[in-house]
Order: sequence, then C-alpha cells, then structure tokens
Amino acid sequence: MHWGWFIAFAAVLLLLPLVIDTHTPTVLLIWALFALSLGLMWGYAGLLSFGHSAYFGLGAYVYAIAAVNMGESTVPLMLAIVVPAAVAAVIGAMMFYGRISDVYMSVITLVVTLILFKFMNATAGDAYRIGDARLGGFNGMPGFPTLNVPGFPEISLFGTPTYYVCAVSLLLCYLLCRWILARSFGRVLVGIRENESRCAMMGYNVPALKTAIFTVCAAMAGLSGCLFANWAEIVTPSVFSLRQAAEVLIWVIVGGLGTLVGPMLGAAVLGMVKLLLGEQTTIDNALILGILLIVVVLAIPRGVVPAISAAWASWRRARPRGVGAGGARRRLGGAGAAGGAQGRG
Amino acid sequence: MDYAAVVVLEILYMIAFLALTSAGLAIVFGMMRVINLAHGEFVMLGGYLTIACAKVGVNIYFAMLVVAPIAVGIFGLIVERLIIRFLYGRMIDVMLATWGLSLLMVGAVSMIFGTTAVSIPAPIPGYELGSYQMGGYNLFIIAITLLLVGAMWVVLRFTRAGLIARGAMQGPEVVAALGYDPRKVYMATFTVGAALSGLAGGVLAPLTGLLPSSGGAYIAKAFITVITGGAAVISGTLSSATVFGIVNQLFSFEAGPVIGELAMLVLAIVLLRLMPQGITGRFFRGST
Amino acid sequence: MSAVLETRDLTMRFGGVVAVDNVSFSLGERELRCLIGPNGAGKTSFFRCLTGRRDQGRTSGEVLIRGQDVARWRPHEIVQLGVGIKTQVPSLMNGLTVEENLWLAARRVHGYAGAGNVVQEVMAELHLGNLARRLAGELAHGQRQVAEIGVVIVQRPWLVLLDEPAAGMTGEEIDRLVNVIRRINQTAAVIVVDHDMAFVRMLASNVTVFHRGAILVEGTAQRVLDDPRVRDVYLGNRA
Repeated sequence: MHWGWFIAFAAVLLLLPLVIDTHTPTVLLIWALFALSLGLMWGYAGLLSFGHSAYFGLGAYVYAIAAVNMGESTVPLMLAIVVPAAVAAVIGAMMFYGRISDVYMSVITLVVTLILFKFMNATAGDAYRIGDARLGGFNGMPGFPTLNVPGFPEISLFGTPTYYVCAVSLLLCYLLCRWILARSFGRVLVGIRENESRCAMMGYNVPALKTAIFTVCAAMAGLSGCLFANWAEIVTPSVFSLRQAAEVLIWVIVGGLGTLVGPMLGAAVLGMVKLLLGEQTTIDNALILGILLIVVVLAIPRGVVPAISAAWASWRRARPRGVGAGGARRRLGGAGAAGGAQGRG
Repeated sequence: MDYAAVVVLEILYMIAFLALTSAGLAIVFGMMRVINLAHGEFVMLGGYLTIACAKVGVNIYFAMLVVAPIAVGIFGLIVERLIIRFLYGRMIDVMLATWGLSLLMVGAVSMIFGTTAVSIPAPIPGYELGSYQMGGYNLFIIAITLLLVGAMWVVLRFTRAGLIARGAMQGPEVVAALGYDPRKVYMATFTVGAALSGLAGGVLAPLTGLLPSSGGAYIAKAFITVITGGAAVISGTLSSATVFGIVNQLFSFEAGPVIGELAMLVLAIVLLRLMPQGITGRFFRGST
Repeated sequence: MSAVLETRDLTMRFGGVVAVDNVSFSLGERELRCLIGPNGAGKTSFFRCLTGRRDQGRTSGEVLIRGQDVARWRPHEIVQLGVGIKTQVPSLMNGLTVEENLWLAARRVHGYAGAGNVVQEVMAELHLGNLARRLAGELAHGQRQVAEIGVVIVQRPWLVLLDEPAAGMTGEEIDRLVNVIRRINQTAAVIVVDHDMAFVRMLASNVTVFHRGAILVEGTAQRVLDDPRVRDVYLGNRA
C-alpha cells in the first residue's frame, strides 16, 4: 500500500470543507464506505451478496430507533454497527455452513433484504413502535436525534462535523480493510475465492472464515447506513429496496471489482451522477443505471468473476518479483512486511 | 362450509397466480440455467401493452392472450440476441445483466407511459358464494393457468419441440447430439419464456393499477418459486407454487397479506437452506 | 503395526447405488497401499468417505484415523489432524503462483515465520524451483499434479491420500513421482488410488483391489496383479 497516496488523499478529505460546502461530499463518502464494504467481500473473498442493502438499512433503522429512545447518539452508533453484524453472523453461518452455492447465496441475500423492505413498508401506524420510536411504514422515521459529541447530547455534530465523522470513518475502515488483506486471514480469503475446496483441503475452516468476513462487511455497511440516516435526517424503507441493493452492486462493478479503491471511486462518481441526474427529468435515472450495468457486464468478456482473477494475475505479473520465500511471504503478507524476518500474521 | 370453499378458492388462486407468473422464468431457468431478473418487467410490459390495446378498443381477451405474448416474445428475442447469448454459462453475470435490463425497462416505461397507475376493469363480474363476494376474474385466472400448464406438459412430453427442450435441460451437448443447434434452441426458449411472461402480465392486468415498478412485485415471488422448485420445469414450479400458495394464503387469513408474504419469503429461505437443489432436486426427480 | 487408518463396515449409498459396500480396510503406520479397480469399482467413492466429501451420499460405518472416528467429519477437520489429500482433478488456486499456493498450505501448519523455509525445501524436493513464480493456472497438467503434491506434503502430513496422482504425466514425471512417493512414505502412511497398472507395479507396494464397491482381494502387488480374478475384473469377464 502506498502511504504517500493515502496521506495525500486523507489530507484532501480533511481540508475539503475549507473550500466547498460539505453536504454533497458527505453522502458521497457514506456511499463510498457502503461500496467498500461490499467490495471487500465480493472482490477479495468472492462472496456476492445481492442484498447488502439489508445491513445498510439495518444500520440506519437501528440508529434511528435507538437514538429516539436514548436521546443521545453514542450507544445508537455502536448498536448500528453491532446489530447488522450480529444479523449477518446468523444469516452467514446459516448459508455458509449449509454449503450452498453462489447462486443460492445471491438468492437468499436478496430475499433477506426483500423481507426487511416489505416488513418496514407495512409498519405504518401507532401500533408499530419500538420503545418510543414509531417505525412509520413507507413514510419512514423522521426527526430522530442526530450525532452529538459522545457524552454531551446538547452539542450536536450536525453539518460539517458530521462530514468529518464520515471522512474519518471511511479512512479508518479503509485501513481496516488493508490490514485484513495484509494478514493471513486476507490471503486465505483470496484462496477461498480462487478455490474453496482446495482451501478446505489445506485445513482451513472455510465456513467460519466466510462468516467472519461477511460479518465484518455487514458491520461496515451498518456504519454507513447509520451515517446515511444522519445525513438524510430521515430513514425510509427505501434503504432496504432492491434499487439500493442494485445500486451498490453497480458502484462496485463499475468502479472496479477486485480492488479497494475501485468501489469507493465508483460509488463517489456514480453517486454524484445520480444526484445530478435526479435533478433533471428528461432521462430516467433507472434507465441510465440499467444501461450502465448491462454495458459493464458485457464489456468484461470473461465474466465479472474470472476478470478479478485475471486482473489479479496480470497485476502480479507486472509487479517486480521478490526473491525466494521472503518474496512470497512479502507479497502474500502485503504492506509493511517488506524485508523483515518477522511479519504480521 | 362457504368459508371453507372461499379458503380453498383463494388458495387455488394464489397457486395459480404463482404458477402463472413463474412459468416464463421457470422455462428459461429450467432449460438454460438463466436467471432472468428482468422477468418481472417482462410481465409488467405485457400488462402495459394489454392495457394500452384495450384503451384503444382492441378486444381485451385478444390483447391479453395474443398481442401481449407475441409482442413481449419479440422483445425477449431481441434481448436474447443483444445481451443474453453472450453470457450463457455465466449465471451470476446473467443475473447482473438482467438486473440492469430490469432497471432499463422500468426507466423506459416510466418515460413512455408515465408514473401514474393505469388500469382497466376486470371483464368478468364478481359472483356470490354463500355470504361472500368473490372475484369472478380469479376463476378465469385459475382456468388459464391450468390450460397453460396442461399445454406446457403436453408440448414437453409429446412433441418433438418438447423433446429437444428436455434434451436442452440436460445440457447443450445433448441438443447437439440430437442434431440441433443449441444456440437456436436457447434463442427459441428465451423467446417462449418471454412470451409466457407477457401472457401472465396481460392476464393479470385487470387486477390492479399497473405502475412501472409493478415488476418488482412479480420478480420476488416468481424468483423464489422457481429456485425453490428446482430444475424440473413443471413439477418444480407446481410443487413450490403449491407450498408457497398455501402458506401465503393461510398466513394472510390469519394475520393479513403482509404477514402472508413475509411468511412466504421466510419459508423460501428455510426451504433453500434445506434443499439447495430445490424441491425437485430431492423429490420428484426425473419428472418434467 | 497399529492401524493409522481403518474402516469398519463402511457403506455409502447415493441415488440408489451402493457405491461402497461394507468395506473393512486397514492401513498400518508408514505403509504404502495402492487401491486399484476398474472404473465404477468404488475406489473414488471410498476415497471420498475417507476425506469427508460425502456430498449427496449417505454413509454408515466407521472411518478411524489413529483411532478417531472421522466418518462424519468435514474435510478441513480431517486435514487438521495431519492428513494430506490430493483429489482426482488437480485443484489449485489458479490466480496465485505455485509458491503462493504452497505458502498458503504451509502457513497454517508452520506459522508465518516457518512457512517460507518449508516451502523452499519442498520446492527443491519436487524440482519446482523454476515453476515457483508461475501462476498455477498456466501450468501443464502434469506440472499441476506435481504442484498439488507439493501443496500436500508442505504440510508434513503423517497420512497421505492421493487420488490418481499419475494421471496426465509423462513417463519421466511418473518416474520422479514414484521416487517422491517413496520418500513421502519414509515418514507417512500413503494411500494411492489409481487404475494405471504399470504405475502400481513400479510402486511395488501392497495392493487392495476394489470391485463393485467391495474389496475383492488384497496382497502384494506381484501376487495381486497376477491373480486371474483381478484380470477378469479388469477385462469384464467377471460379473
């Protein structure tokens, strides 16, 4: 990993509010984080979830419900990370220990987000409340307390401070992803993507590893959902919608599956395009997204998934090779282990 | 007694609804292992075309039984030539591309027909069953579905086209071994699947107001019906439609339509987890 | 010699076929055994029972590895005992280099620091040095077989199960393979499943012949391969 680029990027992010209004950049950062969470799981571990929006939405709703009930934002934020992770752990374990195939994973994840969408849509009326929070059905939940300084509910973080929270979250999560990939865990995930049964026959507990990464990525998605709730100041069932699920997929694919930066870039660019398009009515937004997805899928001749392996392979070939086992360990060990006799692992 | 009859009819209707809306997807999935996520939009398109024709004076039965299937079938043919045929064997990529197609169709229909609901009245009036008011059109739907499934079974079992189709379900080598070009067979299959989807859309058009987003309602149920059914086209779709139809209606009667749908979705997850090959991967193996 | 691997009344059925029929089998410490038999005899199904890949099959009976019943275990749990497995179809990570494949396998057993050394040793033993940085997906079939054997032995297992290791190999590669297997056999018990009679003769080990899911005859290679019943089975004379 190139620390130079990272620091430059971080600097740009942190200095941006001095130059432009932060409202739009905030949501772009949020979408980038959401895309990153899917990109890690899909691009590196090969786990394609058609319903990653489920955890995004859960993060948003859990935050809103908890914030209304508690009046303060610290615990709700933590819950917005933990609850989606817990749900993902259960669903993931159910899927992966059941040894279902890729297609069925995509079906089940799709159905999960559908269930949440339908359920939330039907929760209109006073009867549907958790504590003090009315779920609001298809109209959603407006008016919940937004982020505040931990411990000081009166000091709101609304506006530019929220932008900083989002920026820092994105940077930290990106570092987390890099760290995961540098560890053996990350390398084994790549092995699982390449050849799952071979990995099992090397003695790795594949279902456990898949569940673990699924959970981590759900946690990140939940965080992005919580931040989204704070940006939009309202949470509606559309966070669970098939449209939202399709959008994040498109961001990741178009941005570049198999990298960490690609999905973030895809989300930021396409998110910006979506915001701009939303303001005009000549060409429907869905039409453009649809064409984009079709074109991208067709343009990658050997398929989206083999393309990851191929891109990976040609990227490896282009890089200067290390010598001997130290080279293998260095490459597989990723950033920071260069030349050292002891790596992290 | 009347109540029992109502329940039975409602269940039959739900089973028919699921089977009808899944038929097109089932054919395409069963034969080509293609999961067409734009299937719901094909159905929606059939509905819009039927309504448009009816509004300009075309006989409604003609519109739904002839115009809709043919028009949507042709559209399906175009889609197959332009998109699907490059992606055979790549299941996930097909799902992604057809998801894009569904977005495209929703956008296009929104632009052409607008986003307010369109509807036509049901051509068959309601009737009374004891103290209950029943929709007469539902009986028509059940009848059409029975006819359709029967026709499909006859074609698959007793015609040469059906034999080729069943060969195609085993794989492209079998088709080639029979002396037919697999690509042409797949092209025809996708077209027929699209036509069936259009037919379903046409038949269901008089039921509710149609929106560009209506496809989303169809795809979810059709999707899980087909995948849970498994590889066998007819017995798979029928068995899962039956299971889901019963569960959906029973839960609906107890706790409302939303709970009914939710129960169906949850059941789908459970069934898929227990029988990853679908119902016909475990039972009724070797049936059509 | 105590048994490293033992099966008792092992039966596996799937789809109405009895693929493994009440097989009681025993392998001693550091013994080398070949399992042979014509196609459909049940060798591969038996192999699957040993390696936790029962898939659609229903099994009954016991599979004991150093006394532990692993009949219901998953592959990775069996491997973690110290068993090395090579399947019929070469199975490697195509997008990774040979060295990286070996490293991943070694890392779990020898840790981050130790893996590198073992990888070097194994690459030397198997003459994989010049292939080290080639992507596994680009190798010829015979080379993939060797690489996969490398992945197996880099874990330094004490029981090695090889399914058709010689398939697709050149004569020279087979010669080397025979030496490799003999060397592995110095520290581990080995089962080789194959139907190439010449290869089996070269290994000159004890042989178990499968027929219709059951063991037909067992003995030294010499005796078994000259047994008329075995020849009948291969030529189809025997029902």
